[in-house]
Amino acid sequence: MSDPRFPYSRGRHADPVPDAPALATDRLSVCYPGTDRVALRNVSVRAGRGSRVALVGPNGAGKSTLLKAAAGLLPVAAGGIRIYGNPVGACHHRVAYLPQRGDIDWTFPIPVSRFVLAGRYVHLGWFRRPEASDRAIVTAVLARLGLAALADRQIGRLSGGQQQRALLARALAQEADLLLLDEPLNAVDAETKDIIYAVMADLRAEGKTLVVATHDLGRLTRAFDTIIHLQNGLLVQPPGNDARDTLVNEEAVWAG
Amino acid sequence: MGWLTDPFRYAFMQHALLAAVLIGVTCAVLGVYVVQRRMAFVGDAMAHTTLPGLVIAHLWGWSLSLGGLAAAVVTAVAIAWVSRRQQVKEDTAIGVVFTGMFAVGVLLMSRAGSFRDLSHMLFGNVLGVTTQDLYLIAGVTAVVLLTLWLFHKELELTSYDPTHAEVIGLRASLMRLLLLGLLALAVVTGIQAVGVILTNALLVTPAAAAGLLTTSFPRRMLLAAVLSTVCATVGLVASYLLKASSGASIVLACTAAFALAGVVAQVGRRFRPPDLGD
Repeated sequence: MSDPRFPYSRGRHADPVPDAPALATDRLSVCYPGTDRVALRNVSVRAGRGSRVALVGPNGAGKSTLLKAAAGLLPVAAGGIRIYGNPVGACHHRVAYLPQRGDIDWTFPIPVSRFVLAGRYVHLGWFRRPEASDRAIVTAVLARLGLAALADRQIGRLSGGQQQRALLARALAQEADLLLLDEPLNAVDAETKDIIYAVMADLRAEGKTLVVATHDLGRLTRAFDTIIHLQNGLLVQPPGNDARDTLVNEEAVWAG
Repeated sequence: MGWLTDPFRYAFMQHALLAAVLIGVTCAVLGVYVVQRRMAFVGDAMAHTTLPGLVIAHLWGWSLSLGGLAAAVVTAVAIAWVSRRQQVKEDTAIGVVFTGMFAVGVLLMSRAGSFRDLSHMLFGNVLGVTTQDLYLIAGVTAVVLLTLWLFHKELELTSYDPTHAEVIGLRASLMRLLLLGLLALAVVTGIQAVGVILTNALLVTPAAAAGLLTTSFPRRMLLAAVLSTVCATVGLVASYLLKASSGASIVLACTAAFALAGVVAQVGRRFRPPDLGD
């Protein structure tokens, strides 16, 4: 796969810094868009390469804000974010972001296969059209997520769980190293949940790094290495003294 | 078929047909984006805000097309600028600006003498297109269609998921500005065919009709272009035979096509086997 001739974001391509973690924030503060209201305050977290990190906490805790800031969607008010040791936006193709379902106009007249193909665009850039190799990746990813039979269906005619899988399929098609998943398990059917957990296990085996905002505490212990608790935009110690505490290891640096 | 071919014995009718078809296709193809991105109001506003530009160009003896284009480009940039900030809602800001600009145009019109030229601005005069106008229209058609083709995947993506576009470094606001620029070009030619007041019909109606009939984006564009070509021809012939306004006839042909598409879609839904899912 060659680099895009005319990348969307010019002149900021950077190679990973050796030994740098996939994602690290340093006393990061982020405001809600267009306001002075702080959504995330003084948060330092770290996701080592190949680790699976869960962000948990109630609504408004700052989980989505942290992911959006790491994806370059929200400006940093204070502190810093490093992706593989580089600033945000230095290596777009290496970071995939899975938004919440509501951010997308599902009435748009494109089939599922075309929707997933958009995961390849970062590798194409301006003017280059998707090639056979891009379509092969899409076909493989659709099969992996149980969407092969729905490839030609308009995206609005999928169930909620199928839409969630289509979003994950697009993120996988990007072949990124760091995946930022915002509530991939929110309000999905059991089949989708099983498929998503299986894919997450595969990604682990492939050495990918996962940072997942989730409400689904039930299977947290099995699916993640590190659990980061957020509340009102602050890092907090996990509530209670259950098995999950033991999973909090050196990869999460608690803010003092 | 004599009634269909007879009108086109005249050179002015041939010019008019060519102009109407080129304008119709340009507006219809771009209109698929306008409809899907719910920018119909923006298109209408842009057509109306060209009026002061047209009147000033008329008073000072400049090219009307360039006057209209200048006003449309100013509007496109202003709308893009306004929509960056959230303090005033975009449709509100557009509503305020476009009615204000249109009122300035009307005031300027009342100071200009001949109402005949000005009624052409309001209601279009495709029968009066010059060879020079035709070149301009063909140029706009080429620019709009080529740009839509070159930037198809980016325009498409930013239409349904601007967030993903931003994540991969593609600025959604840039694509919106591009679309507004194309809209300005299309609107200026649309005014020549059907005038300031009816131009939005060329953008919205064929695209909306195509939207009723297919859920594929490229097919929607093709179908909108075909419908627009048929409507331009039918409208022109009808206006010739009935000695009626050409602009209004073309727009009514589009409206009829939309109604027909609605009926076809309804009937098709009734006779298609039910979708049992998977």
